Amino acid sequence: MNIYMTGVGGQGIGLLSEALLRALDRAGQTARGVDTHGLAQRGGVVVSQIRTGTEEFSPLIVPGEAHLAIALERHEALRAVNGYLRDGGALIYYDEVWQPWDVRSGAQPETTAGQIEQVCRERGIRVFRVCRDDLPDPRMQNTAVLRELLEQGLIPGLAPEHMEGAFRDLLSGPALEANLRVLGALSG
Amino acid sequence: MKELGDELLRRESFAELVMGNTAIARGMVEAGTKVVTSYPGSPTPEIAAAISAMDPERRPFHFEFCVNEKVAVEVAYGAAVSGLPSAVFFKSVGLNVAADTFVQLNHMDIPGGIVVIVGDDPGAHSSQNEQDNRHLARMSCTPVLEPGSPSEAYRFYLEAASLAKRNRMAVMLRLTTHVCHGKERVSFAALKDAPPHEGEVFRGEGGSHIPIGAMVARMKRRALERLSSAGEFAGERSLHRLVDSGNPRRGVITAGLPFFSLLDAVSSSQEKPDILKLAMVNPVDRSLVTDFLRKHQEVLVLEELDDFIEQAVKAAAFQERIDVVIRGKETPEDWIGEHTPGRVRGILHRIWPDMCALPPVSREESPAPPRFPQMCPGCGHRSAFHAIGKALRENDVTVADIGCHTLGFLPPYRIGRLLMSMGASTGIAQGISLAGGEGASVAFLGDSTFFHAGIPGVVNGLFNRHRFTLIVMDNGTTAMTGHQDHPGSGRNFNGPSERIPIRQVLEGLGVTDIAEVDTYSQSALTEAVSRALEAPGFSVVIAKHPCMLKFTREQRRKPGFVPRHVEIDGGKCTLIRECIEEFGCPSFTRDQGGNRVLVNRDLCIGDGSCIQTCPSKAIVPEQGKGGSR
Repeated sequence: MNIYMTGVGGQGIGLLSEALLRALDRAGQTARGVDTHGLAQRGGVVVSQIRTGTEEFSPLIVPGEAHLAIALERHEALRAVNGYLRDGGALIYYDEVWQPWDVRSGAQPETTAGQIEQVCRERGIRVFRVCRDDLPDPRMQNTAVLRELLEQGLIPGLAPEHMEGAFRDLLSGPALEANLRVLGALSG
Repeated sequence: MKELGDELLRRESFAELVMGNTAIARGMVEAGTKVVTSYPGSPTPEIAAAISAMDPERRPFHFEFCVNEKVAVEVAYGAAVSGLPSAVFFKSVGLNVAADTFVQLNHMDIPGGIVVIVGDDPGAHSSQNEQDNRHLARMSCTPVLEPGSPSEAYRFYLEAASLAKRNRMAVMLRLTTHVCHGKERVSFAALKDAPPHEGEVFRGEGGSHIPIGAMVARMKRRALERLSSAGEFAGERSLHRLVDSGNPRRGVITAGLPFFSLLDAVSSSQEKPDILKLAMVNPVDRSLVTDFLRKHQEVLVLEELDDFIEQAVKAAAFQERIDVVIRGKETPEDWIGEHTPGRVRGILHRIWPDMCALPPVSREESPAPPRFPQMCPGCGHRSAFHAIGKALRENDVTVADIGCHTLGFLPPYRIGRLLMSMGASTGIAQGISLAGGEGASVAFLGDSTFFHAGIPGVVNGLFNRHRFTLIVMDNGTTAMTGHQDHPGSGRNFNGPSERIPIRQVLEGLGVTDIAEVDTYSQSALTEAVSRALEAPGFSVVIAKHPCMLKFTREQRRKPGFVPRHVEIDGGKCTLIRECIEEFGCPSFTRDQGGNRVLVNRDLCIGDGSCIQTCPSKAIVPEQGKGGSR
């Protein structure tokens, strides 16, 4: 399975992809990944890729062959669909907008959720839009997306306990507790 | 929570999901490396991040960030020539800076051995070019091991360290961006109780270390012998891989990450080629290659960037008179960018159309607006560019340098019309001033870069009495690569160090016209730059403000942190959009439905540097939340 993750530098794609990779590993799947580092992290497009399976070798996905795209920002969701998602795939995105320069300057209109719906409908892509007003911190939008991903069963064989274990590998203290709450692994 | 540093120092064997850079840090522990040096640069700085996770008391080697790559190689050489196994790492173009020393290394007898880890960047993800550093290795008699995955990066580091020690030489470990940043489960060995490699006072055993006159020929002869012996090493250690699909017609010779792209590309093919994956790409093992060539009718050499292996393969075939068709680089595109699985599928389809289908074509119908990197909310460079832009005149020529402030070339600032390499801005600006235009010649330079390679250009400006303006964009850290300390920070990797103030360095050199302004004081900065542009000689403005990304991260970790924001006073906003279109902080967004300017509260850090930019005074600290800092 090819999983393409994207967002804007600063949104937490790094944690999302690291947690997902570790969760897949805990689920017993052979998984490899790759992240963007460096210059692009300064407010640019950030991409992570994960590939699972024993017959997959490079961590890089062929454009147009991702089964699942995960986006943390609306413009980047559309870019992922256009650039990487295969027909009949699935998109899950957090409906946050960080306007790129062309939108702020008025040169181009903001991408709309309707536009994404339409593109996906034409190509048989299932869309899962996540937007929550109860998050304690916007930097947990990535965790909210992971929760929805698990609830929708978008990755076969991946269970909540795998994800919880991954978070316990990566975080500690109040940050861990807060994220586990958003993940639904802790009550209250 | 798993503590990375504890993992990397474990005595027993273990397996962990790590990126290539992290795997190399464990390799350093296992190999008994004693001295490691670096200058930060993508794609390799996460090696240092992994090292910094280790408890310094338990870390079995010395590490330091040096002032630049050349000094880093020199420190490693000095340690290794004294018997300490050493390693140095930096980015692709870092080898250019280090080259003057690097090309000499294998003329010397180096008892400890040095592993030179170079992060090449096919695709130029974070570099100003795609240079293929295998050429510099060839020029300097340096063997090159080229891993293609994190597991190989770890194993090849161990092999490189072992070869470097055995042959008393420098060995290059050539990484590429997605080998550095690829992640997979890597199985690490247990730590061995190796005899401690204590350094010894350099006594110059093993021949002369003075490459002058007749000595050079003798040293070069020894370097060639050691290179040749290194060439056999990969075979002895079974590092090369042969994937035998029993195909007498078609074979592929490849190396590094393109090997894995190739496996993906042919995974569903009916006919699979035989594959020879070279672990050592300099020197190319001639007997291995000729044996492979003899067994096939047609052989494709598949490699990223230049035709380095291809030339060696073709030369071998010619000299051995092997009757085989060799395909390699055929179009300019073959020399450019990464050989991703999609690209490799396209190349294979062109060479052997029946073997592999073309990759899908990307969709163009409903494109998303482009998104370029930009300065962070609150960035002092934004205030600087906004203020400097008001001082610049039409005929002034601005020269950028490497660092976060390079992004000033993008809209809305468009400051910095030329960019070359670390520290190049000062020299270029001096040359531009010789053209005698009406405007001023203005060089920008970051603070880490000032120390790295900027000082010689400053000295030249004084020495040759050039008239130009230098603006030092000082954010107190090496921000772009992850906030590493530099000589002006007052800290080094291992602890406090005496801060070297840029202003005092300039004054010591004899610069008299120096202004130092916090960039948030925008009108003062505009005034200082206006004055500097009119100066009769060499003028300097130090435009300083601490990196706000670093500052905000540190604030957020403190207990009781309260996020702050600004807001737009709708009653005052006159919709001139100076905040969006001139100041350009990404926190200000364009309301799509109505006719308003909005503040994205997820982005805004409440620094308040924007407040002074609004002629209508409509930007105000958010009420009831403590306002701006």
